[in-house]
Amino acid sequence: MNPEDRLSAPLVLEYPFTRTTGPVIGAFMTGLREKVLLGIKRKDGSVLLPPTEYDPETSEDLTEMVEIGQSGEVTTWTWVQEPRDQSPWNSPHALAMILLDGADTPFIHAVLVDNADLMRTGMRVSIKWKEETEGHIQDIEGFIPEGNGND
Amino acid sequence: MYESMVTAMRKVAVVAASSRQEEKMLDTEVEMMIPLISKVREETGLNQTEIGFTCSGSSDFLAGQAFSFVMTLDAVGPVPPISESHVEMDGAWALYETWVKFQMGAIDTALVYSYGKPSPGSLQDVLSTQLDPYYIAPLWPDAHSIAALQARHLLEQDEISHEDLANCAVRAGTVQSQEEYFDQPMLADPLRQADCPTYADGGVAMILAAEGKAEELCERPAWITGIDHRIDSHHFGVRDLSAIPSAKKAASKAGVYDAGIDLAELHTSYTVHDILLRKELNLPLDPTRSSKNHPIKAETLMASGLLRIAEAARAIWEQEANRVLAHATSGPLMQQNLMCVLSGEKG
Amino acid sequence: MTEIQIPSSIRNLEQVQSVRTPIRMEYTFTPGVAAQTYLREFGNKKILGNVSPVDGAILVPPRGADPRYGVLCDEFVEMPHTGHVGSFCVTNVPIPGRELELPYISAWIFLDGADIGFLNLVAECPPEECRIGMRVEAVWKPDDEIGMTAENILYWRPTGEPDLPFDEAGVRGWHVRKHGDSDA
Repeated sequence: MNPEDRLSAPLVLEYPFTRTTGPVIGAFMTGLREKVLLGIKRKDGSVLLPPTEYDPETSEDLTEMVEIGQSGEVTTWTWVQEPRDQSPWNSPHALAMILLDGADTPFIHAVLVDNADLMRTGMRVSIKWKEETEGHIQDIEGFIPEGNGND
Repeated sequence: MYESMVTAMRKVAVVAASSRQEEKMLDTEVEMMIPLISKVREETGLNQTEIGFTCSGSSDFLAGQAFSFVMTLDAVGPVPPISESHVEMDGAWALYETWVKFQMGAIDTALVYSYGKPSPGSLQDVLSTQLDPYYIAPLWPDAHSIAALQARHLLEQDEISHEDLANCAVRAGTVQSQEEYFDQPMLADPLRQADCPTYADGGVAMILAAEGKAEELCERPAWITGIDHRIDSHHFGVRDLSAIPSAKKAASKAGVYDAGIDLAELHTSYTVHDILLRKELNLPLDPTRSSKNHPIKAETLMASGLLRIAEAARAIWEQEANRVLAHATSGPLMQQNLMCVLSGEKG
Repeated sequence: MTEIQIPSSIRNLEQVQSVRTPIRMEYTFTPGVAAQTYLREFGNKKILGNVSPVDGAILVPPRGADPRYGVLCDEFVEMPHTGHVGSFCVTNVPIPGRELELPYISAWIFLDGADIGFLNLVAECPPEECRIGMRVEAVWKPDDEIGMTAENILYWRPTGEPDLPFDEAGVRGWHVRKHGDSDA
């Protein structure tokens, strides 16, 4: 049978999940709603971001949440020229690991610049919040190069 | 202590395997798997009632159906009722579960199979859903981008070079030459199309047998002399992007370094993974034989790992090698790694 | 539960307790080889079954395999549009996404000559009169609305012919058919 003669039909599966957060992720999300970033202290005093209720390496309970900075450094990055349908971004952007001031682990988010030539590992970036926040990782619109007029 | 345990283990061998990969398959999973399963049963002369245990690997999100593996059991024929299990993992992990069942002394023969048909759906969306559901999945990063984050880190740390990537792509056959490689535009900067997998529909079926039975079913059984799997954290922030501790540990526990390796069948669907894994395992970057069907050229989610084990076994059956490493991986940034050493010697 | 220490900036605020994480998966589904053949003929108001190469059992709708033995079936046979109710269920509660008038009858329909049944609706029959063994026939959509879709048959209605004995209806009749004691 020729491929073009094949019957086909669309199938769409949707999972309208609402996930409960627990106290630590809940506090982090509350922080996002209030435009504050929270990490959590590990036993060695270093700060894990984003925070979990346990140490992802040792599984020890973690309890002390701390506020961290809203600027930091790009540790590695890639360029997304054509964001996919479900991406929160609809224009080209960088996807980066960002080590925020006061945190000891980098986390993944977007850097909003016009083209890949503007990206460098080690560049300083600052958070750009959405105007309306609800307590969701997408409350962060992305990061922009430091000193680019972010409030 | 572990070594003494291994010597007390039952000896199990891969005695038959059959596989198929195509870019876009018309057959259903059942229609695809029947000829493969029939072939390994015919080669060994076993019918389903003589097989002690059947174990499969597949993904429901890939198939677009809950409990999709149940329907695929139509390809096995579970009448009269069979002893059966399933993992939502690459078939290499189904093989591991089966190996444990052999060690329990519960069985002498087993059928292991796995399959994936990415062509009907959006594989990149499926792969995004395996990421942390609070912090990462809602950003919907695609698999190529995540591999690219690791690649840039390795390049900028001078752990690897662009020439390494180009050479690996040439070896894998995604480009014919370095020039062709460097002519390609960036797909997920710093990775080009030639660094990233082309996906294929496909499946693998395999028969395993224990010592005493394996010799009856196969002229030169491929004995599993060691097998182990380990996992690294799912928290990207605590991962050292220049290392794969789970792969190293699994390799050590599987006895990879106890003797020389003639051949390594690695489940590496990105050039950067191939180079990093070879460095981590102290394997030559430029192997004498590259994989016949490198996963970069035809990556079949849920089956590529088991296919590596099938190819490793084939190298032993065809006397091309005597001690072969087969590797399977799953998850972002090679999060989970399984190492299986196959040998022509029972050991 | 371990006490979590939260900085004063957000400690006394209402805490977020859940996040929305919807997932949408789009597929372009292609039926397999057997289902393609079945659907094309169904679009011509023909119902096909597969013949098992093992024992000649007739499987409707055809899936290209005899699931009992894990063997391919590539032989097709055209089926009549009459059969019987193998078992049934009367639904009295609405189900979101299904716009059927309540109550309705779902039944396992066994076509004459088929060895397995399939799920479909029975109508033109009060629920209290539906019974195992009741003989039914297909009610098709108007010819100009027929396509390659399972929706071609609107429902099945009683023919009024004498019932099949209970012991020969549905899967109960398997042993009868298998041993050739009856041509039901």
